[in-house]
Amino acid sequence: MHEYPITKRIIEISEKFAKENHAQEVKQINLVVGEYSGYVASSIELYFEIIAEDSICKNASLHIERVKPKLKCDSCGKLFERKPFSFECPYCRGEGRPTEIGQEFYIKSIEV
Amino acid sequence: MSENNEIEVMQSVYDKNDEIAAKINTSLTEKGIFAINVMGAPGAGKTSTLIKIIERLKDITPYVIEGDIEADIDTKTLQALGVKTIQINTNGACHLDSPLIGEAVETLNIENGVLFIENIGNLVCPAEFQIGEHVKMLISTVTEGSDKPYKYPLAFEKANSIIINKCDLLPYVDFDEEYFMKGVRALNKTAPVFKISSKTGEGVEEVVSWIKQNVK
Repeated sequence: MHEYPITKRIIEISEKFAKENHAQEVKQINLVVGEYSGYVASSIELYFEIIAEDSICKNASLHIERVKPKLKCDSCGKLFERKPFSFECPYCRGEGRPTEIGQEFYIKSIEV
Repeated sequence: MSENNEIEVMQSVYDKNDEIAAKINTSLTEKGIFAINVMGAPGAGKTSTLIKIIERLKDITPYVIEGDIEADIDTKTLQALGVKTIQINTNGACHLDSPLIGEAVETLNIENGVLFIENIGNLVCPAEFQIGEHVKMLISTVTEGSDKPYKYPLAFEKANSIIINKCDLLPYVDFDEEYFMKGVRALNKTAPVFKISSKTGEGVEEVVSWIKQNVK
């Protein structure tokens, strides 16, 4: 549901940066979306085509780099991907806590 | 190699929401308002918990912003109790965001007190958006089950306090408190956890003390 307004915002930001750099057209938008950000990358792709139609992003391809969330083990300090229903570290069986990895949601760059 | 000219952006897509949220937060602080973003699933007892808290706040003025998809049932209940309450209907959206709160705060015209912002009943999206609050209070219940921290980790991670509601029903449901707390503490080391019943009022006094400590 909330991918629609956020996709609009992605296009607004891309347009702003393109215009500041005197570009007539955005060819590609490179987006980083953590799987723990709450945004579904495939929904953004779906809305993108519809919303971009009337903008200088209309021919742009959307490149999404998806980031898997990682926990950091309290005992051994290693980063690991969480298994469902568990926070257990696969290396030492300690307990992991959330990190910023997987919560990203930003435009890395645009190509014009 | 691409012939495209790459321009670095490195800009969060949340920026606009967060910018407005920061302004609301400053403005509320200046007005002597402590704002609590109340999150929880539909039926967790968010409004009934607020009523029990407000009854015990005594010398602190309560204000409420009620977020709902369509109805204004909770707003009417609170207004009937004499609580200054404003309704926000999102008409389908799954969470409140800061532009909506900004408008509501202006309409409410408030100062010196506690503002409870009851978010949309949803354990996912409300945790993702700053709305100008000072703290987030998450209400979970024994009837929802003890696996909630494992299934909705972000809400538990972001919460500044966690309430386990409907504890009067503990004899009738299979709620594994140890498993629940293990999940909570894996995600959140510091948030106080309060066991209450919004029906009987049991345990609510401790939540009120926590709020008062924060208001100062």
